[in-house]
Amino acid sequence: MDFLNPAFWTFVAVIAGIYAIMALGLYVQFSLAGLPNFGHVAFMATAAYVMAILVVRYHVPLAIASIGAIAAAVAVGLLLAGPALRLRADYLAIATIAGGEIVRYLAMNLPELTGGPIGSMGLAGPGNIAMYNQDWLALLNRLTAALSQASGHAVSRDLTMALLVWTFAGLLLLVFRRMEKSPWGRVMKAVREDETAAAAAGKNVFSFKLQALILGAILGAISGLLLAWQIGIFSPEDFQPTLTFYAYLILILGGLNRLWAIPVGAVLFSVLFSGTRLLNFFPLSLIDSGNRAFLRLFLVGFLLVLFMALRPQGLLGNRKELLLEK
Amino acid sequence: MIEQLLQLAINGLIVGTILALTGVGASLVFGIQRVANFAHGEYLTFGAYIGLIVNVYYKADLVTATIAAMAATALLALAIHFTVLKPLRSRGLVAMSLITVGLGLMLRDVVFMVAGPQIRQYAIDQTSVYDLGLVRIAPGQAVAVGVAAVVVPAVAFLLARTPIGKSMRAVADNRDLAAISGIDVDRIGTYVWILAGALAGLGGVMFAMIQGTFDPNLGYQILFLIFTSVVLGGIGNAYGALVAGVVLGMVMELSTWSGLAGGLDARMKPVLAFAALIALLLWRPQGLFGKARVL
Repeated sequence: MDFLNPAFWTFVAVIAGIYAIMALGLYVQFSLAGLPNFGHVAFMATAAYVMAILVVRYHVPLAIASIGAIAAAVAVGLLLAGPALRLRADYLAIATIAGGEIVRYLAMNLPELTGGPIGSMGLAGPGNIAMYNQDWLALLNRLTAALSQASGHAVSRDLTMALLVWTFAGLLLLVFRRMEKSPWGRVMKAVREDETAAAAAGKNVFSFKLQALILGAILGAISGLLLAWQIGIFSPEDFQPTLTFYAYLILILGGLNRLWAIPVGAVLFSVLFSGTRLLNFFPLSLIDSGNRAFLRLFLVGFLLVLFMALRPQGLLGNRKELLLEK
Repeated sequence: MIEQLLQLAINGLIVGTILALTGVGASLVFGIQRVANFAHGEYLTFGAYIGLIVNVYYKADLVTATIAAMAATALLALAIHFTVLKPLRSRGLVAMSLITVGLGLMLRDVVFMVAGPQIRQYAIDQTSVYDLGLVRIAPGQAVAVGVAAVVVPAVAFLLARTPIGKSMRAVADNRDLAAISGIDVDRIGTYVWILAGALAGLGGVMFAMIQGTFDPNLGYQILFLIFTSVVLGGIGNAYGALVAGVVLGMVMELSTWSGLAGGLDARMKPVLAFAALIALLLWRPQGLFGKARVL
């Protein structure tokens, strides 16, 4: 594949934008409220599946199905409230990763509802290939045509998507930056640092943790929907627990407690992750393309360990404000 | 109906014994090193592939392969302990969890790259079945039963009677109290990794044998079942993990018995176990039989 192929990098830009929103969701739960959610992927999977099932099975318009999907993810977030409030950090990590796996196993093993291992393709029953993103593609095509006309250049659909995703991600980042700087954000950090002190100051710790869970679930759901629309078909395999750890790596690359570093981390991660498939010169050409997928995941693990060991505050983070001690 | 029940009980006992053995190691590690080792499943995978190399490529018998797998996995656990986990011990619970997740990804994908994603099996006749009247048992299962019959009493003896085993339980129970009564906590920590690694290697080979075929995802799929046995028995409680592993294996298999209102769909067994894990963490993190205390 050509290193300078713009179509490839446009696709990478789309994925990076979606990952930025996914990581922002984790940021709210983990960096702001101090809840180590190892099952963030559950929100994405739930949203993608509820949306696709409503559209394909019940012919619900996409917009309404998407709202339903986000509501379903919020319900999953509410289910997390019990564990998040009671459990010590490492127990919570185990409980949430197991919860994410329950969602994936159910998606895999309830073919009547979810299409089973073949995923969204199987939603319309055997012989029919289910499509859930026609409305989305129609919207995207209209936008692409309008953009092409306005700019005088031929704009690809992926470029439109990239612009759309990044505009949305940018807006969300701005909103959450405002929130982080507000009294709300300061209470959130107080809850993270010392629950007892926050409670003693009259803050409702339960309510703040719940808000973080719900906001994180909504952001996770949005990224899951965008991902589903972008890739067109999905299966339980697309919602492996590793996706959650991509989000952690994005946060760690940028800096665990730096909101504005999330897009930096997302771009870095996506370039590293997608870029490895372009490394086909010697000696890396000895590794065949199938193995390069495993090499990528190996790198994710390696970077996680490396950053945790040598620079836990991330590239741009502030060591004084670390949240890993719990 | 009764035959099916007996068959399920045998299967459950075999799966449960392996979960018990691996659970003892993981539980002691959790209790002594204070690490939720998310890479523990990959230790099993590593053991299974070492066993494969010795058994299939060096044509050694299964017992030799099992011993080689135990030794190699113990060495791996020690190496990771000294190079990564011990130096980084002060980093906090979340950081340690993320580090072991990263280690797990690294190990699993190294196995994927070296051994390839294809399905493997040991050099045992997968088609033959021993008919014992009421129940039937595959050769892989028979070997697993034989190994378990030797190793379970040995582990129980080690924990109950030997100074090392007693020290391990003491440190897992109360680190400070153990330290002031003269136990070298650091050295016991090292021994625990040797024990946990050897048992994980054994568990990997045994799971590979009873499944018949396996791929590099072997250990990852079992990780949460091991965690469930650990929590069920009470974190750090070695005997608890032994009992809990067997209970979990039995319950998972017996839940599919058709006499039980048609039985649970076999594919839902992991969901049952994961839900039990979350419920236990929430309501009885000290285990089913343990008394409440600060861990």
